[in-house]
Amino acid sequence: MGMLSAFANPHRFLALSNWLAPLFYAAGAVLIAWGLWQGLWMVPKDEYQGGDIMRVMFIHVPAAWLAMASYSAMAVASFVWFVWRHELADIAAKAIAPLGATWTALCLATGSVWGKPTWGTWWQWDDARMMSVLFLLFLFLGYMALRAAMDSRQKAARAGAILAMVGGLNVPLIKFSVDMFTSLHQDSSVITSEGPKMAAVYLWPLLMSGLGHSLLFGALVMTLMRAEIWTRRAARQRASLLAGT
Amino acid sequence: MSPAPILSAFRQALSEAWAGGAGALLPLGFFAGAAVLVPLGIGTEPGMLRTVGPGILWVSLALSSLVTLERIFQADVEDGALDLWLQAGAPVSAIAAAKTFAHWLTAGLPLALMSPVLALMFQAEAGADLLSGALIYGLGGLAFFFWGGVGAALSATVRRGGLLIALIALPLYVPTAIFGSMAMSGAAGGDSAPLLLFASTLFALALAPFAMAAALRLAAD
Amino acid sequence: MQLGQRVYSGDDVQLLTASGLGILRGERVLFEGVSLAVAPGEAVVLRGSNGAGKTTLLRVLAGLTRPEAGSVGHDGAHHWVGHRDGLKPNETPRAHLSLWAKAWGADADIDAILNDFGLSRPADVAARYLSAGQRRRTALARLMLETRPVWLLDEPFTALDAEGRDRVLAMVAGHRQEGGAVVAAVHGDAGFAASLELVL
Repeated sequence: MGMLSAFANPHRFLALSNWLAPLFYAAGAVLIAWGLWQGLWMVPKDEYQGGDIMRVMFIHVPAAWLAMASYSAMAVASFVWFVWRHELADIAAKAIAPLGATWTALCLATGSVWGKPTWGTWWQWDDARMMSVLFLLFLFLGYMALRAAMDSRQKAARAGAILAMVGGLNVPLIKFSVDMFTSLHQDSSVITSEGPKMAAVYLWPLLMSGLGHSLLFGALVMTLMRAEIWTRRAARQRASLLAGT
Repeated sequence: MSPAPILSAFRQALSEAWAGGAGALLPLGFFAGAAVLVPLGIGTEPGMLRTVGPGILWVSLALSSLVTLERIFQADVEDGALDLWLQAGAPVSAIAAAKTFAHWLTAGLPLALMSPVLALMFQAEAGADLLSGALIYGLGGLAFFFWGGVGAALSATVRRGGLLIALIALPLYVPTAIFGSMAMSGAAGGDSAPLLLFASTLFALALAPFAMAAALRLAAD
Repeated sequence: MQLGQRVYSGDDVQLLTASGLGILRGERVLFEGVSLAVAPGEAVVLRGSNGAGKTTLLRVLAGLTRPEAGSVGHDGAHHWVGHRDGLKPNETPRAHLSLWAKAWGADADIDAILNDFGLSRPADVAARYLSAGQRRRTALARLMLETRPVWLLDEPFTALDAEGRDRVLAMVAGHRQEGGAVVAAVHGDAGFAASLELVL
């Protein structure tokens, strides 16, 4: 079975994630909890940004960061798989997609929740972040749908890699064009609560919240990857049994 | 390496797209739909029509690309022609580009050429802008067809892959749609928009064929 | 899977070689460790039940399917006549042969070839109206457009009547006499002496 041992043995990853994932879960939970506590109760509200509802930014902004970062990670993992065919890279890309889609949806949902009482609409076409994230959601969903539509695991990996790389190369262009589009139509105040403009009192909970979400995301990716590794092992063993080898 | 297979692929795709004259009906169908049905649907107030006209044409272009592309690669997979093209001795990316270009010529370019007429029906001012508009729609449509072609190639083995193609292509269409509509409206930032549209179309022409080639090799595998 | 006996050994020139080919179908190993070398004048016959992997092996040899293990080497171009004919519904036999002659840069007498294959009368009939046998013969006619050393044929006799079969056998014999080689997947009697039989 020399051919099948080309499946790079993931023992090291399984051993690493065995303790790293729980650590990330714990650290992530702590940071998110602290960020939420700070954001929901401790920091003063900003009337200009909508009053109390703007506190949802402590979920909304980290979710946006994660949406972007996770798509990039998925694209990079796909590229690594495409060039070096290391199966763990494909497993990583496959695991990131549904989680990236979830955080993207979370960003859109919290953005809508913020927007409705503040600006009266559930959806703001002039919000560059929301638009970019919406298209990221389509990119994630397209990736997942394409992989699911393929006949075999190998074909799903190849199709996904092509799409993720094309998408990855397009994301900067999409973001640039969306930023250009929204900067022209700036009639209402955009949710610009990032960068040096923001007061330090908001910045720290935001950063900690961002870190917490990232750690949680990382832990979930590892969990999904472990599940996928075991699923593939089981499928191979079942196939061997069927073949009588 | 000779260009003969690429030219043959182009010619075959062209004749397939025009098969029985049906090829000519598609862009006319979208044109008619846009020009006639939309005012019936949204009202005939001239100021509003003037504003939405360019957007309507972009939607028509996008839909026209998605509808034509659904079959071009899937048919080749099903009847075994793709196997022959993969062994024709020319780069698969060039063959894929030739086929996509042929379909743009049949379904995308006519819409762009007819855009001055559509613009007039949508109460635009007559003038040189209409001609530059046709160029804008031509460039934009080319990008739509090439990115859509990537979706079509990836979905070539999927039954009823039309929805999947649309889902894959939609985010890729965004920069073209934005730069294109900015170029048409000539609003603030409209000076750089045509150049940006040109650049993003070139990007599509450069990248999409390689993605299509990888996807087609996968489809034949 | 067994290897047959070579009837005669070829020269040093190997038109087609494959070593250690392995293919997975899903998670199952379809075949592994398949090697062969085809010299001028030789014919390899692939046998096996449906789904055994004959078509897959041919596609690997043609470069259409990527094997999970092993490699294929070509010395010269090959002709491919696969399970599907490669005809478009509106394409006539004449148009099909003209297209590929032009694509391959081959200078071929289309009318003569059509005549040889008994396709003179339906030469300008669209493929959707042709019988399966006529479509098959059109696909096989591609072999005559250009001389190439290796022929890869997937069940070439499908849908052919006795006359069509004899014609194909004559073509194969002529090709081998000229130093060409054939790898064919067949059901039942191949009708020609095989240098090598692979049973999958």
